[in-house]
Amino acid sequence: MAEYLFGFAFLAYAAAAIAYAADARRPGPAGRIATWGVRLGWLLQTALLVEEAARANGFPWSTWAGSLNLFVWLVVSVYLVWGCRTRYRLLGLAVMPVAAGLLVVARLGGGIGGGSTSSYSTTFLVVHVGLLSFAFAAFTLAAALSGLYLWQERRLKSRRPAALLGRAPSLLTLETLTSRTIAVALPALTAGIVAGLVRLRDQGASVDALMAVTLGTWAVYGSYLVLRYEAGWHGRRAAYLALVGFAFVVVARLGLQVSHFS
Amino acid sequence: MTLTLVGLSHRGTPVAVRERAFVPLPQAGELATSLAVEGEAVCLSTCNRTELYVVGEDAERRALAVLESISGLAGDELRAVVYRLADEAAALHLFRVAAGLDSLVPGEGEILGQVRAAFEEGATGPVLDRLFRQALHAGKKVRAETAIAESPASVSSAAAALAQQVFGRLDECRVLLVGAGHVAELAARSLAARGASIAFVANRSPQRAAELASAFAGEGIGLDRAAAVLGEVDVVLSSTGSPGWVLGREEVDGALRDRKGRPLFLIDLAVPRDLDPAIHELDACYLYDIDDLESVVAASLAGRRREAARAEAIVAEEAESFREWQASREVVPAIASLRAWAEEIRAGELARVRGRLGLSEAQEEAVESITAQIVNKLLHPPTVRLKEAAAGADGGGYAEAVRHLFDLRDPDD
Repeated sequence: MAEYLFGFAFLAYAAAAIAYAADARRPGPAGRIATWGVRLGWLLQTALLVEEAARANGFPWSTWAGSLNLFVWLVVSVYLVWGCRTRYRLLGLAVMPVAAGLLVVARLGGGIGGGSTSSYSTTFLVVHVGLLSFAFAAFTLAAALSGLYLWQERRLKSRRPAALLGRAPSLLTLETLTSRTIAVALPALTAGIVAGLVRLRDQGASVDALMAVTLGTWAVYGSYLVLRYEAGWHGRRAAYLALVGFAFVVVARLGLQVSHFS
Repeated sequence: MTLTLVGLSHRGTPVAVRERAFVPLPQAGELATSLAVEGEAVCLSTCNRTELYVVGEDAERRALAVLESISGLAGDELRAVVYRLADEAAALHLFRVAAGLDSLVPGEGEILGQVRAAFEEGATGPVLDRLFRQALHAGKKVRAETAIAESPASVSSAAAALAQQVFGRLDECRVLLVGAGHVAELAARSLAARGASIAFVANRSPQRAAELASAFAGEGIGLDRAAAVLGEVDVVLSSTGSPGWVLGREEVDGALRDRKGRPLFLIDLAVPRDLDPAIHELDACYLYDIDDLESVVAASLAGRRREAARAEAIVAEEAESFREWQASREVVPAIASLRAWAEEIRAGELARVRGRLGLSEAQEEAVESITAQIVNKLLHPPTVRLKEAAAGADGGGYAEAVRHLFDLRDPDD
């Protein structure tokens, strides 16, 4: 069952990615196909996660690949909140190929099979893994928004007529969405980190490199919010800072396999 | 009954005639009512066209007489500019009009509202009601499924569209108008129509600045104060006759410090230019001059023409659907007559033998049911064939054959 759900979810995401590419070249029905591909894929992946959870009798996210599967689902979930609107189809072009690719990586890493009961407690998994994954998913979206901001900004600066036409979100909208996404994700990251530190203290362990990277991530995004709302940072500077934060997220996600799941 | 279209448009009719033939909306309603004697009529009149859609006896002659009286043209003069279309061709024409494919600027949006208004004022019946609803549907579908109406078609709308790429909705955008001439006013109206507020009008003549500012509920200021208010606005629209820069890079750079990275969008419509091109190099500043905007419009129109091919396909599909509906109307009376004739025979024969058979109530119900089923089964194949024939081109011939073979009259006769 899990194999079928994975297969169809992957096909839906891949179809959405291709349709987004077609829509970017020529807006039209391909955009609607992409939107429905994302929705259908998300439903199938949701069913996949439920099926895995039922088989594992808990949350099967205690493996690197399993948590990657959850991460992909969260990225698509956050994207679904507003990403299916016509003007954000370019964002879909950035998000869906990555989602489809990461889903395959999760499958190759054994994150689809699941079935084994987690060594962590359910409460800890929900609070720590769930919140950190949600925050990382939101930061991924914020990075895609910042990338789109920089691309749109460059188009406007280029003044080439063909580049100035077409559907893209406005600079201010992208900036606002980026900062709001980060503002929602940072408290989740904070709570997830606190849960991890409490467990660490109970076990008498010390802070490792991955935790340091995660704390670095928190510091970058915390700075982003302070600079954005207190010092009035706007434009390219803010977008670059959000991308720096995402670099920490990438390092943290890659480091997970080495430090937590090896 | 035949659908007839008689009209004149920007394709072949000079503006001097078009303006005489123009019928304001309330009068267009009255005109439609007077034309729709025992039929239907809609008068679609805009600055680019006056068209009469009529269903009824002698429709073409009556519509031509009306056009003759309102345009002041007669005889050969009228025939040289007027076009006459019927049924499928008339439907296709209206669908193209509603989609903006027959407009001066392909895909322009205003025409759809004008078609709707004409429809609402018209004297419609089953044919024109269906025709105009489908035309509105086709117009919306073309705009939803193609990019024909997405890009700007004039310099002022290009400026507003670019401002929207920076700010999104313009509701919270404040505009500084530098210069109070006609060009600046037109562009300002385009921005205001999209929600922007014209906060300041700066001009060499403070009196003219105040006059124009009052039209937008803004503040009139002297040209020397333009740089001082840069921190309070989001869009600068300049069009003066000044021989040098009205705003230089240093002045804008100074204002940017207070803006904390909030973008400043500048439009320079003046020739020679008013705004130092080096402003565009500043962070969060976007400056476009008249050449930039004109090339955006040119690219936009080229894009619209490319999209028009896709729009034509959608419109043709809708026209075919209307043709099928119209053709099916030809066979519906024949089918109704055939069924009424069969039912009359069934009911008559049953009534004739009912007394002799001495059936119980339950048995009578069973006989009623079984005879009705027999009639339905017998009539099912010809009914289906007639509907299929209607979808093709020979529905009328089949309907006539059925009437002849069974000696039928229309149910309304």
